[in-house]
Amino acid sequence: MSIFINKDTKIITQGITGKTGQFHTEKCIEYANGKNCFVAGVNPKKAGEKIFDVPIFGSVKEAAAQTGATVSVIYVPPPGAAAAIWEAVEADLDLAICITEGIPVRDMLMVRNKMKEKEAKGGKKTLLLGPNCPGLITPDEVKIGIMPGHIHKKGRIGVVSRSGTLTYEAVGQLTELGLGQSSAVGIGGDPINGLKHIDVMKAFNDDPDTDAVIMIGEIGGPDEAEAAMWCKANMKKPIVGFIAGVTAPAGKRMGHAGALISGGADTADAKLAIMEECGFTVTRNPSEMAKLLKALL
Amino acid sequence: MKIHEYQGKQILKKFGVTVPRGIHCTTVDDAVKAAETLGGSVWVVKAQIHAGGRGKGGGVKVATSLEKVREYAGQILGMQLITHQTGPQGQKVRHLLIEEGADIKHEYYVAALTDRATQSVAIMASYEGGMDIEEVAHKTPEKIVKVFVNPLVGLTDEQALTLAKGMGMNEASIPQCVETLKNLYTCYMETDASLAEINPLIHEGDGTVKALDAKFNFDSNALYRQEEIVAMRDLDEEDADEIEASKFDLAYISLDGNIGCLVNGAGLAMATMDTIKLFGAEPANFLDVGGGATTEKVTEAFKIMLKNPKVKGILVNIFGGIMRCDTIATGVVAAAKETHLSVPLVVRMKGTNEDLGKQILKDSGLPIISADSMAEAATKIVAAVK
Repeated sequence: MSIFINKDTKIITQGITGKTGQFHTEKCIEYANGKNCFVAGVNPKKAGEKIFDVPIFGSVKEAAAQTGATVSVIYVPPPGAAAAIWEAVEADLDLAICITEGIPVRDMLMVRNKMKEKEAKGGKKTLLLGPNCPGLITPDEVKIGIMPGHIHKKGRIGVVSRSGTLTYEAVGQLTELGLGQSSAVGIGGDPINGLKHIDVMKAFNDDPDTDAVIMIGEIGGPDEAEAAMWCKANMKKPIVGFIAGVTAPAGKRMGHAGALISGGADTADAKLAIMEECGFTVTRNPSEMAKLLKALL
Repeated sequence: MKIHEYQGKQILKKFGVTVPRGIHCTTVDDAVKAAETLGGSVWVVKAQIHAGGRGKGGGVKVATSLEKVREYAGQILGMQLITHQTGPQGQKVRHLLIEEGADIKHEYYVAALTDRATQSVAIMASYEGGMDIEEVAHKTPEKIVKVFVNPLVGLTDEQALTLAKGMGMNEASIPQCVETLKNLYTCYMETDASLAEINPLIHEGDGTVKALDAKFNFDSNALYRQEEIVAMRDLDEEDADEIEASKFDLAYISLDGNIGCLVNGAGLAMATMDTIKLFGAEPANFLDVGGGATTEKVTEAFKIMLKNPKVKGILVNIFGGIMRCDTIATGVVAAAKETHLSVPLVVRMKGTNEDLGKQILKDSGLPIISADSMAEAATKIVAAVK
């Protein structure tokens, strides 16, 4: 097994005809079972056409109805990306993965609250991964997003991180030590997002094919601390933790909109301390994440 | 993106928040003229820089005559104003705000900001205005009242009243305070702000509620639809190297150490900085070259890093994904040649086309030190600069 996606997942690509969407869709189709997984694209102006043999539909709802897809991946440019997320939610998909970087925070605030309102009224809950994230992968089965497929190896370690390349770093280290991954998830670097560390940790805890997890965080926000507290009470699997940004000064946004120290509780040191208290094996040396994890198995 | 106080007050005024009458100026003569135009017998001469803590640094003075206005404006304009937010070098004052005096009965604090945990807009208010709110939050958190606004609903009358009462607002001023809070919320949303702070908000002898300061931060992702805000940008207040970097789509922040670093991805860039510190040195900068680095981009990144005279060595850390290591290697070699690089350079490359990249570095004939892990790269660069 794995979390959220596997070789049988049917996926819609929103923004499939754009430059970024085309580039990554082709790579995703080439990876493992991608040819069977990526079943539809959406572009109202090009409905009825095909790209990489994938049929294009006028809307997510129509694409889902015609193909049975339950997941979408979004490459739509920032001004329209929040609306694209909402379209996936209105189509009652299980999961929407938004790769787009640079969506205005107000747009994310609106769409997240609309999603919560829909759920509160008894509507179907659609999970959101991202925005501004690399996506997620279940090695040798399916890759949804922009990560390099070839560094991954099928196995039993979960990886969750906000950042893209830091996720790849952890995956690369694991693969080098012969430890494969069950799933690797990038939750993204924006302040208002969907799935958080805690949600992914819960999924890894429930996944019988995940034995241990590397959880990577960054300065800014309460998410890593919240996940750590939950893990302390519930997690049955060993965890290695790292937080990037010990050297980041307060008040300066470190690339990611979410990587900004706002109070005292969201510095790297404070988060590392909480994670350690909650039973994580934490490190300040990101080069030894996989080595430490191997020692825990 | 940040703006000046005088601009912040223009925005607040547009959204119906009462502010003192004031005039922005850039010369001493204009400052005196501004005071004459405003009339009255008391004026406040306020330095306009983006950093906070201006009063303590000597950038805000109360004048009781036009001669004093001239004197203070002369002192403040052109000074290097040093506050806890400017760093030891201070910030040169190029703009002044001349305002009418206010009849301050009490100073309060209000602010709006986006709350990540609840995914809503938090409005905070306190009786303890005028001082450093972080200190209040730390020592006496019970003195700050907060409400969380669902953006689908907006700030309700009930919530605004809770805040006005909770912050101990003067009884007679409560209706205007409620209006002020609602206007602040609308202003926050419509301008795509990420912070809107009024510290202090005051009530005057006649009960009037007024914003005596205005601090704004705007979401850089939303600037494409905020023309009016973008027009307020003051490049003099921003780091010249960071502006230069942004032209090439590079995220650059200068820091105090002596190891320059060039990395792809924000998280990995922070992790690289942390590793440098862990092995005994300090990073000179944060630099994320992003996903689509070209030779030109890498060369510009090197130029920007090397502008900093403190840089004694450079560490390049690339995890090749979509971006291939050979592309970066070609860029690094070209950049080292073009900048006549004279400081030690350690390159760590992993991922796509790693071997090809390493070969390009080796064949270049340049004294580039290669490393396999971040830790090894940091050890090598720290040793090389000692």
